[in-house]
Amino acid sequence: MTLSEVTGVSGSEGNFTVSVKEHPRYVDTSKCIACGECAAKCPKKVDDTYNASTKKRKAIFVKYSQAVPLKYQIDADECIYLQKPGKCGFCAKVCPAGAINFEDTEKHHEINVGSIILAPGFQAFDPKDAGIWGYGTLPNVITSMQLERYCSATGPTEGHLIRPSDGKPARKIAFLQCVGSRDENKCGNGYCSSVCCMYAIKEAVIAKDHVPGLQTTIFFMDMRTHGKDFDRYYQRAKTESGVRFMRCRVHGVEPHGTDGDLRLHYINEEGRQVEEYYDMVVLSVGLQTPKPVVRLAKDLGIQLTSGNFAATSNFMPVLTSKPGIFTCGAFAGPKDIPQSVIEGSAAAAGVGNLLAMSRHTLTRDKTFPAERDISCEEPKIGVFVCHCGSNIAGVVDVSSVADYAATLPGVAHVERNLFTCSQDTQDLMVNLIKEKGLNRVVVAACTPRTHEPLFRETLKAAGINEYLFEMANIRNQNSWVHAKEPAKATAKAKDLIRMAVAKVSPQFALHQLSVPVTRSALVIGGGLAGMTAALNLADQGFPVHLVEKSDQLGGFARMLDHTWKGDEIKPQLANMSARIENHYNITLHLQSEIKEVEGFVGNFRTTIQNKAGDKTVIEHGAGIVATGGRRYRPLKEYGYGDIKGVFTGIEFDTLRKAGDINVREGKTFVFIQCVGSRQKDRPYCSKVCCTHSVQSAIRLKKEDATRKVYILYRDIRTYGERELLYKEARQLGVIFINYELHGKPLVKHDMAGIQVEVWDHVLHRPLFISADVVILAEAILANQDGKKIAQLFKIPVDSDGFFQEAHAKLRPVDFVTDGMFVAGLAHYPKPVEESIAQAMAASARAATLLSKESITLEAIKATVVEDNCDGCALCLDVCPFSAISLMEYTNNEGKISRRIEINKAQCKGCGLCQGTCPKRGVFVAGFSLDQINKQVAAALAV
Amino acid sequence: MVVGGGIAGMQSALDLANSGYYVYLLERSGAIGGAMAQLDKTFPTNDCSM
Repeated sequence: MTLSEVTGVSGSEGNFTVSVKEHPRYVDTSKCIACGECAAKCPKKVDDTYNASTKKRKAIFVKYSQAVPLKYQIDADECIYLQKPGKCGFCAKVCPAGAINFEDTEKHHEINVGSIILAPGFQAFDPKDAGIWGYGTLPNVITSMQLERYCSATGPTEGHLIRPSDGKPARKIAFLQCVGSRDENKCGNGYCSSVCCMYAIKEAVIAKDHVPGLQTTIFFMDMRTHGKDFDRYYQRAKTESGVRFMRCRVHGVEPHGTDGDLRLHYINEEGRQVEEYYDMVVLSVGLQTPKPVVRLAKDLGIQLTSGNFAATSNFMPVLTSKPGIFTCGAFAGPKDIPQSVIEGSAAAAGVGNLLAMSRHTLTRDKTFPAERDISCEEPKIGVFVCHCGSNIAGVVDVSSVADYAATLPGVAHVERNLFTCSQDTQDLMVNLIKEKGLNRVVVAACTPRTHEPLFRETLKAAGINEYLFEMANIRNQNSWVHAKEPAKATAKAKDLIRMAVAKVSPQFALHQLSVPVTRSALVIGGGLAGMTAALNLADQGFPVHLVEKSDQLGGFARMLDHTWKGDEIKPQLANMSARIENHYNITLHLQSEIKEVEGFVGNFRTTIQNKAGDKTVIEHGAGIVATGGRRYRPLKEYGYGDIKGVFTGIEFDTLRKAGDINVREGKTFVFIQCVGSRQKDRPYCSKVCCTHSVQSAIRLKKEDATRKVYILYRDIRTYGERELLYKEARQLGVIFINYELHGKPLVKHDMAGIQVEVWDHVLHRPLFISADVVILAEAILANQDGKKIAQLFKIPVDSDGFFQEAHAKLRPVDFVTDGMFVAGLAHYPKPVEESIAQAMAASARAATLLSKESITLEAIKATVVEDNCDGCALCLDVCPFSAISLMEYTNNEGKISRRIEINKAQCKGCGLCQGTCPKRGVFVAGFSLDQINKQVAAALAV
Repeated sequence: MVVGGGIAGMQSALDLANSGYYVYLLERSGAIGGAMAQLDKTFPTNDCSM
């Protein structure tokens, strides 16, 4: 439901009634075909918010060209007709589909639901009111979102990075970090927005790609690139792309001269005053909760944090203060895309747990008539040529194209439609297929990416196989790009249709594979992530086998005391362990390891072995890898192991808790950050150590304010609302001293005790600290046995030894191998609440599989031609999905031959095997060499 | 009911619908996609955000 907002909620967990206000669109979505005639004629231009006001749109508009739903809407505040009825109304006059409805009204709905997920997102900070950056008055000062739009091919300049003031190419750009974040004076946002450092680096690198020779400088306080592979990107931006990084907060932007140049005045790290001039300044604006969302949260009685984000517990990171109302994304604290996606799935897991009893009660499956067998019929192809309003017909001579299509071999019927995708055309197609006995269909229209699923459904509804279909894209790849050459575009449309007809003629019926699902899960690793995933799946009603290598549950979390919000971890672990041990759906296998794995999505058979050597075979439909991480032991670093009084962060926690005399009576404490992290052999950030040290420092200061506490750091990475801890530590008098990788602190021991030497960047001289205790913030490492598990399940690990997810942004808990998921430290170092969120996400993803009796797999798969394959196995190396194996066969004469075998469940039909095979021993159904050859021949035959 | 059709809300809605629940997905604006749809490219693959 678009243009809709929640106005009220009543009821409680399991039974809410939500009042929804649906604003009028003034465009009938069942009629609008997004041809754009209306916007072309609309005389009213307004700022385009989608393009961050870098360009104009019309009062009738579609948000962006790939919008879902792809339907126009009228901006009522700007529409001339709606403001003054009787005036204008051009859109209604030109709309070929009659979709404009000025009489549309606001609608109110009362919707009964069991649970609510709030994912209202964020708005970027508006730097206009603060004044000091010149935003809104100096045209060449833009926000980071505006730069995104300038760099985008669909933006105001089609991807050309030019200065807004004069259209000249930008030569020198400054990025100012923390605009609207970590700044209570100018905007009241004390928190860190978590994402701006990384996006500024990305934008600087991409901007340099757009403009050769472009100089970019990022002015920052702390570089917070704490996510997976982020630090590597930061280093590459410096060394390969030549982005300049300057540690300094710049407090203002001034105009320089009258040409639009900008002057920055700042104090560099050497303490010198510097003036620099730039063509453009980009403000890295922070994230904040939109005001209407704050109001809604208050109406709903949902607690907010001081930064106006939804308050959540670290143990239940996607549940708001109100039972049954979940949250995810930036409303639950500023965060990046992968973490938002993880929380999206995690919230689904929370709901799945709550509403498990009502699963499948409100959903239903579509039914289709029985399929006609066409295998013995000659091709009778129907070609449907779409006008797409005037999108195609305005350029291409569609009537001549249709006449031409009728002459092609195998074509039995040709039809022209104003809109082939409209519902009445679908009905027409079904009737024609039945009446004329058509057995193949070609639609010459737009792109299969958006419309192929629709037409495949239509074929099914007509009782023929859905794969007997081909699209010729005569719009996006023809009439749109050759709008000025109609004759050539008409010829090309004919070429495209000839090729589609040639390809579809030899096409035969393909059937999707249906594979039964073993509706239980295997969770590997009994740490916090594994326990969370196991409990969530078990509560959702799925049997779970939880395999743990050691003799107890808890994993890494057993070494931890508190989460960053102060929740105690040990009672939570005890509670979870007890629930797991007593859960009717969980079988716990302690002191057990994975030995063998076979099968594929929905049907895995995994053999585990316990300490006594007994083997158990577990059948499971999905698997979650939560094998955890381990801590780095900094032997020989900073005197660790040699000097009494030098501990790691986790050891220090234990000693402090035990009341160790060194800690109790200690007066001077020095924390050293990044011990084992962010260096050549381990170029990643361990993500949790800054917050951990800051928290420990606060505790030390609170216990005894006369203590001297130092934190020696490279960048303080207290991202999100953890920033408030950093602020508290500074207020308590914790001293933060920045060091660089090339000037690590030195820890020595002499008669007087421990001496720590560090170069002070403010004083420009070495500083000597006599310390009672030195605490090393140790790195988190990948578990060593990860590689073994990776091999067994055919899942990848990255160069740091952490498991590699299927897609860094969009599939952060999935593996490329279907049916396998990852959570917790096994994926990357992360704090408790992120491990829990990821574990819940893995559980939700697994539940999408386990909730089904069977799964259907696309029919576009590789097939072996047994007579041609000689087992050379070249294809094995190129298959990215490990779907091919080499088998040995013994024939009747006892002769051994080799041949490949395709695992259809793992094959994605990418065709790399077909392209590699020198003997035509394998082909992909629907894209066979025969079909492609015929298509190519048709392209060349004029 | 999922309130908000950005990347987080869409993921929730899809996972729930794919595991057997009827989902109402509410979006304040005229199309789903949220802030991510405004981004040009995303780290680390430089994939188009669309």
